[in-house]
Amino acid sequence: MTRAVPLLVFFVVMIFLGIGLTLDPRQVPSPLIGKPAPALHLPEVADAAKTLDIAQLRGQVFLLNVWASWCASCRQEHPVLLELAKRNLVPIYGLNYKDERAAALAWLKFFGGDPYTASGFDADGKTGLDWGVYGVPETFVVDKRGLIRHKHTGPLTPAALEKDLLPLIRTLQAEAAP
Amino acid sequence: MKRLLAGLLLLLAGGTASAAALEVRSFDDPDQQARYEKLVKELRCLVCQNQSLADSDADLAQDLRDEVFRIIQSGRSDAEAVDFLVSRYGDFVLYRPAVKPLTILLWAGPALLFALAGGMAWRQYAKRRTAGEEAPLSPAERARLERLKKSSADDDA
Repeated sequence: MTRAVPLLVFFVVMIFLGIGLTLDPRQVPSPLIGKPAPALHLPEVADAAKTLDIAQLRGQVFLLNVWASWCASCRQEHPVLLELAKRNLVPIYGLNYKDERAAALAWLKFFGGDPYTASGFDADGKTGLDWGVYGVPETFVVDKRGLIRHKHTGPLTPAALEKDLLPLIRTLQAEAAP
Repeated sequence: MKRLLAGLLLLLAGGTASAAALEVRSFDDPDQQARYEKLVKELRCLVCQNQSLADSDADLAQDLRDEVFRIIQSGRSDAEAVDFLVSRYGDFVLYRPAVKPLTILLWAGPALLFALAGGMAWRQYAKRRTAGEEAPLSPAERARLERLKKSSADDDA
């Protein structure tokens, strides 16, 4: 019996290490989940004269996708967003993080179009900081009451979209508006 | 060989030069300077996750150092600077997280493991000690021992 103890300890350690291997250390849980979305009041990328203010989006479920022309994995994500925009399930707003306006517009054109209803131009990254952005691309799901309900860090994949985001969006859209 | 060595040394020198490319920030108040320097060493960068804000050359670390600098310089407390980061990025940014239900295992873990290992070691030790002790001889064994001693004494004679 006592001889089995080291073996038992070994297996417990192996199980924990095994679980550790399946986790992504880059996924840091956001403390903003369930909290009101931070203010986002920025000039739009496409037209500096216009302003994107998410306070005016109260009453609808929307996605906020953080992107930039310098972000390599945003290229990988872009077709997924374009496809989602085409399906008209949920409006996608953009937060163009620490970018240059001309580069951002050229990037959208080059990579197949603009999936965003509008994108805020966050040149100094201050708004991104308030949203706890640390690894572009990031995608937030905001509900009708203006609460952040989900955050996806890293490029959205069709699988993540179908498995995590869309079911949640459907549930949130079924909720009564405040 | 000498050339190879010189090349290696050059490589090393290049490595240290690029690692020390952080900006210098100075405060008028040496106390604030000390607080700032202590804070950025205790806050963790989210991009290079095993580096502190002080060590990291990542763009985000620079922005976060900016924020800490601004908060300290405007005369607010260390706690306010820490709250600013924790409210946005969570306890993850703290190299010394607060003790609460979520982090209790982190804090008590080493002591628990130590106690467990100590307990096991003590049990092993105690068992070995009792196993090593000689059991007293029964009367029959004692008699046999006497007989053996006597017979060997006779042989010697």
